[in-house]
Amino acid sequence: MKAGFFLDRPASPARPAAKILTVCILLLVYSGLCWMAFSHSLKNWEQVWNYRVTFLNGWAATIGISAAALLLSTAIGALTALARRSAFLPLRYTAVAYVETVRGLPLVVLVLFGFYGIANAIGWNDRVSVGIVLLSLFSGAYIAEIIRGGIESVGRSQWDSARAIGLTTTQTYRFVIFPQVLRQILPPVAGQFSSLIKDSSLLYIIGIPELTFAANQINSATYSTFESFVPLGICYLVLTLPVSLWTKYLESQVRYET
Amino acid sequence: MKILLRGVTRKFGSQTVLDAVDFEVGFAHTLALIGPSGGGKSTLLRLLAGLDSPDAGEILVNGEPLPQDEESLRRHRSRTGIVFQAYNLFPHLSALGNVMLPLTAVHGLDASTARDRAMDVLKRFHLAEHTAKQPGQLSGGQRQRVAIARALAVDPAFLLLDEPTSALDPEMTAEVLDVIAELRESGKPIILVTHEMGFARRSADRVAFIAQGGVLECASAEEFFDNPSKPVLKQFLERILKY
Ligand SMILES: Nc1ncnc2c1ncn2[C@@H]1O[C@H](COP(=O)(O)OP(=O)(O)O)[C@@H](O)[C@H]1O
Ligand SMILES: [Mg+2]
Repeated sequence: MKAGFFLDRPASPARPAAKILTVCILLLVYSGLCWMAFSHSLKNWEQVWNYRVTFLNGWAATIGISAAALLLSTAIGALTALARRSAFLPLRYTAVAYVETVRGLPLVVLVLFGFYGIANAIGWNDRVSVGIVLLSLFSGAYIAEIIRGGIESVGRSQWDSARAIGLTTTQTYRFVIFPQVLRQILPPVAGQFSSLIKDSSLLYIIGIPELTFAANQINSATYSTFESFVPLGICYLVLTLPVSLWTKYLESQVRYET
Repeated sequence: MKILLRGVTRKFGSQTVLDAVDFEVGFAHTLALIGPSGGGKSTLLRLLAGLDSPDAGEILVNGEPLPQDEESLRRHRSRTGIVFQAYNLFPHLSALGNVMLPLTAVHGLDASTARDRAMDVLKRFHLAEHTAKQPGQLSGGQRQRVAIARALAVDPAFLLLDEPTSALDPEMTAEVLDVIAELRESGKPIILVTHEMGFARRSADRVAFIAQGGVLECASAEEFFDNPSKPVLKQFLERILKY
């Protein structure tokens, strides 16, 4: 067998010893490089440590906002996906318009317009709840597309079989379509959760005291950029890496069962 | 069992698949439908199943006209055993779950009665050790046997089988045909679309030839295969029996 630089498909697994050795060497090399480059700028820890409560509060806010937005955007996404399959045209077109508009806009634009434009005009001033709703509207459009794709991935033959045994349309959705859709969409929806956590950082522009806002505040107060932003990055990774691993696990489950 | 078609027409776009078909047949156990691909066999079967409605004309099953409205059609389907060529089963449910679903959701049986009934039928088809498996873990022949078990478990008035062995290799075909032959003993009338001429000849009381938008011939199995009257049918049989 000729050993090339790129792997075959499917890739042959590396030996465990080779994996561990590679990881150790890389850790050493990269942390050494970082140390050489940044050690002189990473010494203001005491001052930043004084702000740890602000930081932790911000982190808690990020988790809370992301979790709330996940629930709300899943509900919005599910309703929108169903509306897109409605026989009632105005409902279907409203859903299409919503999905396409939101997916065509950067989140910043949606947040700025939604908060300074719409929320201010109607006198809704609770930043956190506005932020959650805007984030959910944004993410809901993507989840709607994920769910629509999931519903469409269930073949015509399933509808035929369901009708053949005498299920009603509602029963078909409940017993045949939804369970299969759920299995299909769980991995991408989990991935969307990871996006939500990252995207919630943008809410700092409307002054919501979440993690990024807190780090920025600490930076302004202490003039210690690295000491504020390195923990910021780590805190996001602590949240997103497990979600990403969980997504990979869910993907492997779907692949083996069908 | 008696089937009566009066002026039945079914069009798809500009294509007329069934063209004002008048047809009457009575049979005790099995009616086989044969004919060239695209001739309208599945279309006719779907009409009889209540999965589709004719554009014109009327269909009577045992003297009863098939209903028009969706709710009555659904009830008709729930009392009819329907098996397609492939993809009958729900991939997220086990074999047992597949057989139980119509019993609990459509026929209102409680879970334990449904489970007992489903297990009985699965055992009868030699599927006892496969009840917990999902369709993805079953062979093609086993899947079709589960599909037939599911159709039979609801105690249907009759069974409609649309090329149930066409997607299978010869060994699995034999195993499914064995099950279908066994169904005779259950006394349920069967309408079967098939390309298995040997099987049609041995097990069907009546055989109908469907082509060119209608039922061109319908006779007892011996007469149908030994003395075909229409030249098109002769040609069809010669071609199909050549190899
Ligand atoms: N739902 C449909 N939409 C459009 N055309 C269809 C549909 N169902 C069947 N047809 C057409 O009707 C013709 C007869 O099909 P079918 O009844 O499946 O034939 P057979 O089962 O005898 O092979 C074919 O030409 C097929 O393309
Ligand atoms: Mg067909």
